[in-house]
Formats: sequence, C-alpha cells, structure tokens
Amino acid sequence: MSTVLLFVIVGKNEPLFEAEFNKVPGSTTQDSVTRQNYFVLHSAIDLVEKAAWTTSNMYLKVVDKVNHQQVSTFLTAGNIKFMLLHGGRSEDSIKNFFTDVYELYVKLSMNPFYKYDTPITSKSFDTRVRAVARRYLS
Amino acid sequence: MSRNTTNILDRPLGRGALRGGDQSSVSLSAFAYLYSELVQYHQSRVASISELERRLEHSGYGVGLRMLELLAYRARESKREIRLMSMLQFVSSNVWKSLFGKAADSLERSIDHADEFMIVDYEPITSTFVSVPSDLGQLSVDAYISGIIAGVLEGSGFPARVTAHSVAVEEGEGGGR
Repeated sequence: MSTVLLFVIVGKNEPLFEAEFNKVPGSTTQDSVTRQNYFVLHSAIDLVEKAAWTTSNMYLKVVDKVNHQQVSTFLTAGNIKFMLLHGGRSEDSIKNFFTDVYELYVKLSMNPFYKYDTPITSKSFDTRVRAVARRYLS
Repeated sequence: MSRNTTNILDRPLGRGALRGGDQSSVSLSAFAYLYSELVQYHQSRVASISELERRLEHSGYGVGLRMLELLAYRARESKREIRLMSMLQFVSSNVWKSLFGKAADSLERSIDHADEFMIVDYEPITSTFVSVPSDLGQLSVDAYISGIIAGVLEGSGFPARVTAHSVAVEEGEGGGR
C-alpha cells in the first residue's frame, strides 16, 4: 500500500527503532502487507552495506525498488542506517525528514546512559519522530 | 527547590568552535580533578595494570562514539569518511581540536607495519597531572584517550587496536591498526 510508510533505524546487528506512518488513522494493514514491507526493507540492507563504502554522502537516496515501493536510506557518521520504505515521495522531503531525524538521533546519543547500537526506547524520541514525519511526509 | 528540566531532545547541539562566543569549555583543573577521581575509582576495583588500562579505554570508548556523531553533525556537510587516511586526519585534527583545543602534534605512519599509525601529542591532558608510582611502571593513564580514538574509529567502520605509549623526549600517543 503506497500510503503506509515504514521507517526503521538499523544498527550493526538488529533494528533499533521502528515506526509506521499510516496515512489512514484507525485502519489496520493486513498482516501479509506488513510482513512484506518488513521483508523488502530488510533485504535492502545488503544493498545499503554495499553502497556505504562507495560514497561519502550520508544521504543515499533510493537503494532498492520493488514493485511500486522504494527504499531510501540515510547513513550516520557512526554507520547507523535510517531506512524508509515508501511508495514514491519527493527526494527533498525525504532528505529533510532524514536530516531532522538525524538531529534527534545525535541528541539522543549524547545521553551518557544510551549505549550505542542498542534499541531506542525513549518515548519522547518516538513522539518527535512521528511529528517530523507528519511535517515532511504527509 | 525546582530545576528546569529540558528534555535532551530539545536542547540545541551548538555550532562548534568557529564562532567565538559559542564554544563552551571546561576548566583544565576541573577536568583533571574529575579524571583523577575516575582513575582512583577504577584503581580500587582492579587487580592488575592491564585491567585498569582496559577500564579506562572502555570509559573513553563511549566518548569517542559520541564525538564522532556530534562532530559530523556539527560540520553540517552530510558527509562521512570512508577512507582510512582521511579518517585518521579527522581524528588527529577535528577530534583533538574539539576535545583539547588544538590539533594533535603529528600523525605518522609506522615504517615497520603498513597498517600502524601514530598520533603524537606532547602534553596529553589526562597525564599532565598524574604521577605514576614505580610499582605501576607500565601504566599509561592516557588509555582513556586511546579509548576515545578507538571509539571514533570503530564507530565509523574501521576496527582498530589503539594503545598509548610515552616516548622519552616527547610524549607519544596511540597506535591504530
């Protein structure tokens, strides 16, 4: 479904943060669609790792296209991957979204109690990421 | 007694050293005092020199990871380093300037091993005020700085082993692989 956006922050071994940005509140996507979304996004991780060493840009644009869905990626300096599964959004809005989430991520990692590469459990981070998504992606 | 608690996600990250008034710094004596307490804390809990050095490195590791993300963000270029030499230059100039106020004194490549490098600092602030007793002869408290360097390198995808050594006339520091 092109209206559902899946955003995942992936560390070296496991996803650190997941969020779905549904454009239709109140409806639930079918299980098979959700599973497919996760599958597409995770299979793109290999392509991201390959591309990571070829460019020094943080924003990698679209790394994979499956059916009508595209996966865009942003890499932080610490090689944490921000991946967004979408059905076609403008490059600029995705880039702005990633930049704002990057700022939130850097602020979060300044917390001496947050261990690098561990799942992000902060509720305020979750709220703010959703606010950023509402601003740039809908 | 009330205190303004701003959420960490709302605080500004700062723009770094370029603007004169913006850079906030900590006094050397405050840092030296805190660091001496850190060393004493670990020293009371370990039984060997290498364990103490390992703990100091571990303490510095988190600092290195955070410096990497923070400096890359503040540079506002949206670029990552993917080549080793530019990464090492980033460490010896940017990281050093931001932590210690000046760039490292030199970055050298070892002649014996192609994958070994040395960052030289004549007066590392962690050991300026530390005197090592003779029964702990080999100890280098600059292991903290080794940890910082290791954190920066490993975070950006260059696994490295970093150690701190002092060399007679000059203070020598760090060897990464």
